Amino acid sequence: MNQTPMLEVRGLYKYFPVHQALADSLMRRPHSNVKAVDDVSFSLARGEVLAVVGESGCGKTTIARTLIGLEALTKGEIVFDGKLVNAHSQQPHIGLKQLRKRAQMIFQDPYESLNPRATIFEIVAEPLVVHGMIKDRKERVAAVKSALDDAGLRPAEDYFMRYPHELSGGQRQRVVIASAMVLQPELLIADEPVSMLDVSIRAEILNLLRDLRQKRGISIVFITHDLSTVAYFADRIAVMYLGRMVEIGPAREVLQNPQHPYTKALISVAPVPNPRLRRERVILQGETPNPINLPSGCRFHPRCPVAVDMCKENDPQLIELKQGHQAACLLVTKS
Amino acid sequence: MSENGNLFLRNLAGFWKTFRQNKLGLAGGFLVLVAVLVAVFAPALTDYDPSDIIRDANNRALTFAPPEVHGILGTDDAGHDVWSQLVFGSRISLVVGFMAGFIAMFVGSALGIAAGYFGGAIDSLIMRITDVLLVIPDLPLMLVLVATIRQMELKISPLAVLIVVIGLLYWTSTARLIRSQTLTIKERQFVARARAIGAGHWHIIRKHILPQLMPLIVANTVLILSTAILIESGLAFLGLGDPTKPSWGTMLNFAFDRSAISNGAWWFYLPPGIAILWVSLGCILLGNVLEEMLNPRLAAHHLEGEAGMIAIADVESKG
Amino acid sequence: MNNGKPLLSVRGLTTEFTTPEGKIARALEDVSFDVMPGQTIGLVGESGSGKTTTLMSLMRLLPAGGRITAGKVMFNDTNLLALSEREMRDYRWKSMAIVFQGAMNALNPVMKVGDQIHEAIMLHNLMDEDAAEKRVKDLLEMVGIARTRRDQYPHQYSGGMRQRAMIAMALACAPDLLFADEPTTALDVMIQAQVLQLLREIQKSLGLAIVLVTHDLGVVAEVCDSVVVMYGGKVAEYGTADHIYNEAQHPYTQKLLEAFPDVSKPGDTLASIPGTPPRLTNLPPGCRFEPRCHLKIEKCSQVNPPLLEVSPKHYVSCILREGAEADL
Repeated sequence: MNQTPMLEVRGLYKYFPVHQALADSLMRRPHSNVKAVDDVSFSLARGEVLAVVGESGCGKTTIARTLIGLEALTKGEIVFDGKLVNAHSQQPHIGLKQLRKRAQMIFQDPYESLNPRATIFEIVAEPLVVHGMIKDRKERVAAVKSALDDAGLRPAEDYFMRYPHELSGGQRQRVVIASAMVLQPELLIADEPVSMLDVSIRAEILNLLRDLRQKRGISIVFITHDLSTVAYFADRIAVMYLGRMVEIGPAREVLQNPQHPYTKALISVAPVPNPRLRRERVILQGETPNPINLPSGCRFHPRCPVAVDMCKENDPQLIELKQGHQAACLLVTKS
Repeated sequence: MSENGNLFLRNLAGFWKTFRQNKLGLAGGFLVLVAVLVAVFAPALTDYDPSDIIRDANNRALTFAPPEVHGILGTDDAGHDVWSQLVFGSRISLVVGFMAGFIAMFVGSALGIAAGYFGGAIDSLIMRITDVLLVIPDLPLMLVLVATIRQMELKISPLAVLIVVIGLLYWTSTARLIRSQTLTIKERQFVARARAIGAGHWHIIRKHILPQLMPLIVANTVLILSTAILIESGLAFLGLGDPTKPSWGTMLNFAFDRSAISNGAWWFYLPPGIAILWVSLGCILLGNVLEEMLNPRLAAHHLEGEAGMIAIADVESKG
Repeated sequence: MNNGKPLLSVRGLTTEFTTPEGKIARALEDVSFDVMPGQTIGLVGESGSGKTTTLMSLMRLLPAGGRITAGKVMFNDTNLLALSEREMRDYRWKSMAIVFQGAMNALNPVMKVGDQIHEAIMLHNLMDEDAAEKRVKDLLEMVGIARTRRDQYPHQYSGGMRQRAMIAMALACAPDLLFADEPTTALDVMIQAQVLQLLREIQKSLGLAIVLVTHDLGVVAEVCDSVVVMYGGKVAEYGTADHIYNEAQHPYTQKLLEAFPDVSKPGDTLASIPGTPPRLTNLPPGCRFEPRCHLKIEKCSQVNPPLLEVSPKHYVSCILREGAEADL
């Protein structure tokens, strides 16, 4: 087994400049930034599923888009299979096009991520066309067929000439997955792949992803806002708040023994489908502050139920609590 | 690729099925089709050449003869047969209109897509050019351009000059429309997906942007045709047509110049006017209906298949 | 369950749509349930199950092409389906108000939020301008929005605040019954928890009955007293929350619960239900769930199952279960 991590992210920053009013730019006021991702580091082993969890505005989708190069990073390094993702580097590197051959992304909205005027065959074959692979028509048909088969769309031939609007949401998401798998990628970045699907369909897609992972050993970065999905799916969980990772660790450990007060609150409000188990819930008041003007000190302190004075001044870093379990909170100490 | 062929036929059949139910569209299509057929079969529709001079028994030119005296639409001041002028004039009007319209469509779409897709400096440059062209009144500018080019005595046919001038000045509205549509499509998730797959700009434009724009381009082209025909008629009426190859506009110009109105020769000035109205009305009806129809998302009913999506999800999420 | 008289009693509600192609889609068939005063009832189902159509039928706000073909909707002692459109208008908002799905779109973007609530009050001539103005601010405060934000526009509100404003607007005329159509769907978990908490609080303080329409079994488990599970336009199972979550009898409900990931049981396998919900224009002749059911027998594809009362106040529409035919 290859020991090089599939993916390593070091000190990733992604700021989006805020459009300035004309008056402000004439007055030469400093440009402000939306700090979508603010110093995030993590690594992903081969065959591992890392779930990145957080509410909207926490930076999780930006991380996904930056990983695949849809957004240029502001600062930091992304290392894919030991090679820096940057075609101009002196070190061993990998270009975007190469990266996109070996890493694929699944988007949230299956209604939006398929070209409405392309047939399913064209959509699934597109990655092959783009990368100039399997030029022989017969072989290409076979590759598309097996990708659709693997994605659970059988018989595959029935789907070749159909258009996305003829399919249901679950089927469309399967097409997206087939199209992502046709290149046999090593890394899959899934951005909320089931959040727009019906519950009964959701389970099918999750089971499909899990099967693919077991069969092919691909690594998955799974972006979601839903802790309950994560519980079922991930090896490790990273919880994000306002552009930072506040806790990361093995899934079971994070869910059953959460350390950061934000993680605790998130877990407590995750709906449990049993009225007999209505629990004590920690409902945080207010909403996530705006990522342009971050709170001083710990960025969670204004909403934190257990914040103390020092939280207003010191910005906590992730500290290792147990093997592989880290949290960024001043009140948490190594056990 | 017979599968694709079948698919195309299936689509075409489906298209015709919906189109058939739209009375306005059918009317527009009929008007345009008649005009095109007249232009194509012009020689078969008349016994005379437009330049023939009709003479009476005494070999005198038959001038301003009303329809009761000669042919279908009588003669003009020089004794030319008006019906044959009208029929052959359709060729000139339609060719100039269609070619100018297509040039405008090509230039407008290409520049619109480039501006919308690449953005930045390219966008600014193209949009500033369109702004400039939009603020200058079209007709005087074209008059000046056509007249100037004529003066240079280049060996270009006057009709070609008309076509190029109309085509190269009339793309601005198309460009703006296509640009704004491209901007929307560019932000859609399937374009992001194509980028994530590793597709290049050319691939994305060809495979993902252009197919979404096609309905708009088709509908817009039909609309532009009507404008181009009107503009051609206007310029020809002002005397900038090719007098040796009279279009409907040229006919109107002649009629006006040679006092057809004071002579009460309605058969000379009414038919070209009606013909111009006929074609441009046809194009406008057809264009509007096509625009409505070719939009795939307006077709399905919400109870067919999945009833919409269950979660609206956090649309705002920048992550 | 409360044994008093129901506030709203729905019996045999059947709604059909005519599609533009002229096909008849039976969106609801024989839907029956009761809403007790001060109780929260959940209508759960996937897209196309008819849950939103039920709401719209109750409010008599069906889109073009839809009509109620049978049934009774008793609000206190009035059959809403027998009222004229004018009389019905009186019931809407004053007696029963609705919080629509997608708070983003349900507010007018160029009108101040306070003015929109003010408008809702004034439309029904309940009070004079000054009293209405005071009520607007009281309502905002009740849903947790500072009085000072009365004069802001919807875009200055966050998603959660817009949903709160929608709730304030629904409460404007002090209705007895509140319909909430997917009130938390587009919201983050924390905001969702806040909104649910708010609904619980106003229910307690105002004694409202709430009909909560959602696809999310977790949300229902958190707030509902009784639950109607819908599938393909019919009631699949109806009972108290405890019946549904701990003694589910319908194969669909059982599978749905197993398919719901539970944060308290990490690593559990998820059951999946193969296939897709039926098209309403092309319903199977027998049980609507039959094509996807793991327990089906031959008879299931022939008999449209009646609603059976398997235990007191617990109704299931499945021929594999035993019980007297429901008296609803």
